[in-house]
Amino acid sequence: MADAQPVLQVEQLVKEFGDGVVTRVLHGIDLQLQRGELVALIGPSGSGKSTLLNLIGLLDRPTSGRVILQGKDTRGLDDRALTQLRGETLGFVFQFHHLLPAFTAQENVMLPAYARAGQPSAAMRERAAEMLRAVGLAAKITTRITDLSGGQQQRVAIARALAHDPPLVLADEPTGNLDTASADEVFELMRRCNAERGTTFLVVTHDPRIAARCARVIEIVDGRIAR
Amino acid sequence: MPFEWFVAIRYLREGRVQTLLILAAVSVGVSVIVFLSALINGLQTSLLKQTLGTQPHITLVPAELVARPLFAATTVAATTIEKSPQRLQSINQWPTVLEQVERVPGVVAASNTVTGAAFATRGVAEKPVLVHGVDPERFLSVIDVRSKMKAGYFRVSGDGVVIGVGLASLLGLAIGDKLRLSTTLGDDALVVVRGIFDLGNKDVNERWVISTLRVAQTLFDLPAGASSLELRVASVFDADTIAKDLAERTGLEANSWMKVNAQLLVGLRSQSNSKVMIQFFVVIAVALGIASVLIVSVVQKSREIGILRAVGTPASRVLRVFLIQGGVLGLTGSITGCALGALFAKFFQTLASNADGSPIFPVELSPGLFAGASALAILIGLGSALLPARRAARLDPGEAIRHG
Ligand SMILES: Nc1ncnc2c1ncn2[C@@H]1O[C@H](COP(=O)(O)OP(=O)(O)OP(=O)(O)O)[C@@H](O)[C@H]1O
Ligand SMILES: [Mg+2]
Repeated sequence: MADAQPVLQVEQLVKEFGDGVVTRVLHGIDLQLQRGELVALIGPSGSGKSTLLNLIGLLDRPTSGRVILQGKDTRGLDDRALTQLRGETLGFVFQFHHLLPAFTAQENVMLPAYARAGQPSAAMRERAAEMLRAVGLAAKITTRITDLSGGQQQRVAIARALAHDPPLVLADEPTGNLDTASADEVFELMRRCNAERGTTFLVVTHDPRIAARCARVIEIVDGRIAR
Repeated sequence: MPFEWFVAIRYLREGRVQTLLILAAVSVGVSVIVFLSALINGLQTSLLKQTLGTQPHITLVPAELVARPLFAATTVAATTIEKSPQRLQSINQWPTVLEQVERVPGVVAASNTVTGAAFATRGVAEKPVLVHGVDPERFLSVIDVRSKMKAGYFRVSGDGVVIGVGLASLLGLAIGDKLRLSTTLGDDALVVVRGIFDLGNKDVNERWVISTLRVAQTLFDLPAGASSLELRVASVFDADTIAKDLAERTGLEANSWMKVNAQLLVGLRSQSNSKVMIQFFVVIAVALGIASVLIVSVVQKSREIGILRAVGTPASRVLRVFLIQGGVLGLTGSITGCALGALFAKFFQTLASNADGSPIFPVELSPGLFAGASALAILIGLGSALLPARRAARLDPGEAIRHG
């Protein structure tokens, strides 16, 4: 039954911005992601990709329509419940890595689990170190984030997104500001994780080479699914 | 370490310059509060001690004698008393009254005395004095003279008297010397100096002669009488209330030290008020300092806060991260501030001292003061962190990440 259930279901999602002059950015999006899918989300700039990702990531609320995560309807959940659901079922990788500069690589990776549990544990630390080794940063475990290169930082971000083994990872242009070699490396990492763990990935990208390597490509134009 | 503490301390360490600056500000603020309190409390305590060292908290006299402040220590109107050689009056049935007032709650000691103006003569020298005829044990429990003896002992019995250092030097008296006490009504008595005290008040030291009841009763022609009852109360600032109560109960005139020293009290009160005012503004300044540093920090870190929220950090934990920063700033600042303030105070104390080596500016550094200042600083820290912390907790994670 769990296999039959989509990881993500989006129904008639509408998002409008502005109070006086209302701009409708998303015009009723329908979307389903199954477990183990690796999906690229493409579209011209301003078409609403980041907006959609934020809605799916429960960082923003839709004007209408609904987001169902692992069979759970997220409409009407309060901030506390949304935060908890976000922490448990989602992993985020942003274009600008969005790590915390005051902390080391290991601390950044364990921070989500630490924040939820309130207290650190040896298991958390070990898990974070293991994730960093898995993304090829064994030598940088205790290095401050600010002392890492862009590609290394993005790999830490992926390690953080994957550390608690979420069923769905949302990545907004994860390779956007990396050189080709680093971009390939980072994407390869996500693909490996997808293959080995069956983690579902929704990756926003402008890079056609990366889109081409995804099993499924969704294209958004002007807030509508074009393909 | 709990998550909130871990993040809070890391943020404080990360913004080292800001943290140190605000810590310095909090320290200076707290040290001003500590220093000012120590100095003013010290001054007030020593002023009070000096004032109350030479007068009872409450004096009961027959109601007819309203106009004459018999026992106003520093302003004994000896001249007035000289001019009106009126006979002393005794309190009616004073032993009963004494028993009655001793039982009044708040009254801890009572002494029956015969107090009157007289002249002390030795050879050709003559000085106006105030004779206190006392029951020694009762008197000492109201005004402690025994610990202020400079020579001899407080041996008030038979014809033995004790006098102040001022009178002793004016009349050239030493232990064992005789002097004659006489009143304008013509009575006189020959007494022997058994002890010399220094109560730290020039007027008292030059005028007081403490004798037995019997000597004074004979001198002022009040056989078995008492011209006043002098009381000590448990809490000195209750004296006024208790005095009013006693006046009603006994029908006697009851003068509290607070009434006699009204001006001193006004002075002390305005001193306290200005202290509170200064402290109030210091508190405001410190609070604004902490709040502004934390608000800047929240704005600078809004993207990071958004990330923390996005990866599942509850808003309540974000709130606490900033509250803890405020509290830690307050606590740390208060520790260095207390040390700094105490140091200032001690240093100030050494700047000037009286002839006998005691400081002119006595400071009072009590554990209570440090505890109070620290508690205040922590409260200020938490209070001023509240606004920034709530702002941080309310940040919309999506918004913060997009624009932060
Ligand atoms: N908070 C907001 N308030 C108002 N308008 C917004 C807001 N967020 C996004 N928009 C608008 O919504 C539209 C879609 O923006 P979005 O960021 O989703 O595009 P995108 O597809 O991610 O573009 P890009 O590829 O450049 O990242 C844009 O026109 C943008 O101006
Ligand atoms: Mg975008």
